[in-house]
Amino acid sequence: MGILEVKNVNKRFGGLQALGDVNLSVAENSVHAIIGPNGAGKSTLLNVLIGKLIPDTGSVMFNGQSVLGRKPFEINQMGISRVFQTPEIFGDLTVLENMMIPIFAKRDGVFRMHAFENSENEKEIVEQAEHMLESLNMADARHDHSASMSRGNKRRLEIGMCLAQSPRLLLLDEPTAGMARADTNNTIDLLKQIKDERDITIAIIEHDMHVVFSLAERITVLAQGTPLVEDTPENIKGHPKVREAYLGEHA
Amino acid sequence: MLGLNKKDLSLLLIVAFLALCAPFILNPFPSDSSLAQFNAGYPDLMQRFVIFGIFAIGFNILFGLTGYLSFGHAAFLGVGSYSAVWMFKLLSMNVVPAIVLSVIVAGLFSVVIGFVSLRRSGIYFSILTLAFAQMSFNLAYSVLTPITNGETGLQLTLDDPRILGASRTESGGIPVTNFFGLDMRDTYEMVVGPWAFQFNNGYYLCAILMLISFYLAIRIFRSPFGMMLRAIKSNNTRMTYTGLNARPYTLAAFVISGMYAGLAGGLLASMDPLAGAERMQWTASGEVVLMTILGGAGTLIGPVLGAGFIKYFENIFSKINDGVLHTWFGFMPDGLEDLVVTLVHPFVGKGWHLTLGLVFMLVVIFLPGGLVEGGQRIGRLFRRKKSGDEAKKSTQSTPAE
Repeated sequence: MGILEVKNVNKRFGGLQALGDVNLSVAENSVHAIIGPNGAGKSTLLNVLIGKLIPDTGSVMFNGQSVLGRKPFEINQMGISRVFQTPEIFGDLTVLENMMIPIFAKRDGVFRMHAFENSENEKEIVEQAEHMLESLNMADARHDHSASMSRGNKRRLEIGMCLAQSPRLLLLDEPTAGMARADTNNTIDLLKQIKDERDITIAIIEHDMHVVFSLAERITVLAQGTPLVEDTPENIKGHPKVREAYLGEHA
Repeated sequence: MLGLNKKDLSLLLIVAFLALCAPFILNPFPSDSSLAQFNAGYPDLMQRFVIFGIFAIGFNILFGLTGYLSFGHAAFLGVGSYSAVWMFKLLSMNVVPAIVLSVIVAGLFSVVIGFVSLRRSGIYFSILTLAFAQMSFNLAYSVLTPITNGETGLQLTLDDPRILGASRTESGGIPVTNFFGLDMRDTYEMVVGPWAFQFNNGYYLCAILMLISFYLAIRIFRSPFGMMLRAIKSNNTRMTYTGLNARPYTLAAFVISGMYAGLAGGLLASMDPLAGAERMQWTASGEVVLMTILGGAGTLIGPVLGAGFIKYFENIFSKINDGVLHTWFGFMPDGLEDLVVTLVHPFVGKGWHLTLGLVFMLVVIFLPGGLVEGGQRIGRLFRRKKSGDEAKKSTQSTPAE
């Protein structure tokens, strides 16, 4: 029984079957990649997982609880954090403030009216945030505006913000899309480090095979809304069906 | 001190100094000089400065922090005024219950409007608040006449019950508003040579409440709650996916700013106990938007500056008529004098809106951060000069080594 169980999920948009009978099980503390050509339904599947879309049929269970019909912030509070294709950070805020907000959310829940405390005096939150920034090698930039950082650093910060909440499951949507090679490698190293240091399940949706094969322990290949195969990276590499879906080769 | 850091505390102290010494600061010209008309140190105008300052400070908590642009805040101001006048009619002429009720009623009213309007963001939110405010305005003007007295506006009369006070004074007039016996209208005039400085009880009550409001606003700005509000403005998506529900945060900000507006409305009525529907009109809502943007949205002091700036224009610039212009340009030859007066005429007197509009455009285009940004730029210019001098000195000293 995996930490994330997707069963018989179907989703239609008008005449388009975006997801057809998707079954997926992500084992706890593993790195699971979902790959597939454009239009395979990767993003739709992700949107179902984080509560943005409700499937027509089927169930999505996280840690034994259904996520369907819950709001994104409720799903986050259950222990699922999401990293976006373009880094979503609080651009007008400083790096340190960016890091403090998820820690506040973890401690205080979806809403708390703390209008008369001084945020500088929240010692334990500031400490945790600084500690997290240090582990990301970003402590020197703590008072910078986060919007002025490079894309690679924004990505680093975003991943750090997700980790600061110690989620059970980290969802990554094409974390290296549009990144320079050096930034991509940095991101891979960061994710590897996270995997080694923490008890965390990572589900990653990715185009870049270099990223997928350096990280994933299991891979699911989606094509036209249906899982084609699920296997270890070694077996996926040579799998005839995958080559066919990706390259249009007739094996 | 007071839970503020050094910088904020000094800002608060500066504002406190300015507010408490306003009768001197706003009255720099001797009363017999021709510049005396630029004096703004009379009670009525000073009260407006601080009351609209409160209004703008509250508006800035919503607009400056969350970025939700409400176009209906005058509705809360109007509701506050009506509540205060009703308190004067029914209970007593003491301003305390009137102000308390106006804040509470405006708060409740903003819970309702905010709950509905905050389902949408951006332009739709603005339109919804505008629609609500116009609805309130039209209701106050027509159907709700029994409560609001329609176009005439709500006024005190001699046969109001005033159960804790007197319906009429011993001399048979309508009693005046007071703060535990201290008449709001009373003014002490200090004459120093050609200057006449006026110290008005009402003004000082407003100024103290403004300082308290300002202090609370600083606390909110620096609190984790304020940080969450800025996070909403910055990136609502990340906010939601960080496990925070933006709706109660924005609603709380909306209600707080509605209560500030109610306080301002209650004070307006306390200084001059009447309330008319025009206080809720969309132009009044637009005015507070202008004040906040002109001064600098999202800054602490900006809205207060903007409010002062606009109220000064409204009351002082609008008084410059052709007669005044002719005395100014009297030194010129006749033909030239008439020409200059004709050219300047559209910008002053009744045309003060034109000047204000031009100033507003210039500020928005060249100083997107408002007057506060202007001040910061000037400050930076001076600092650069200073550090430039020091740099020169240090380069001069190097060859000697």
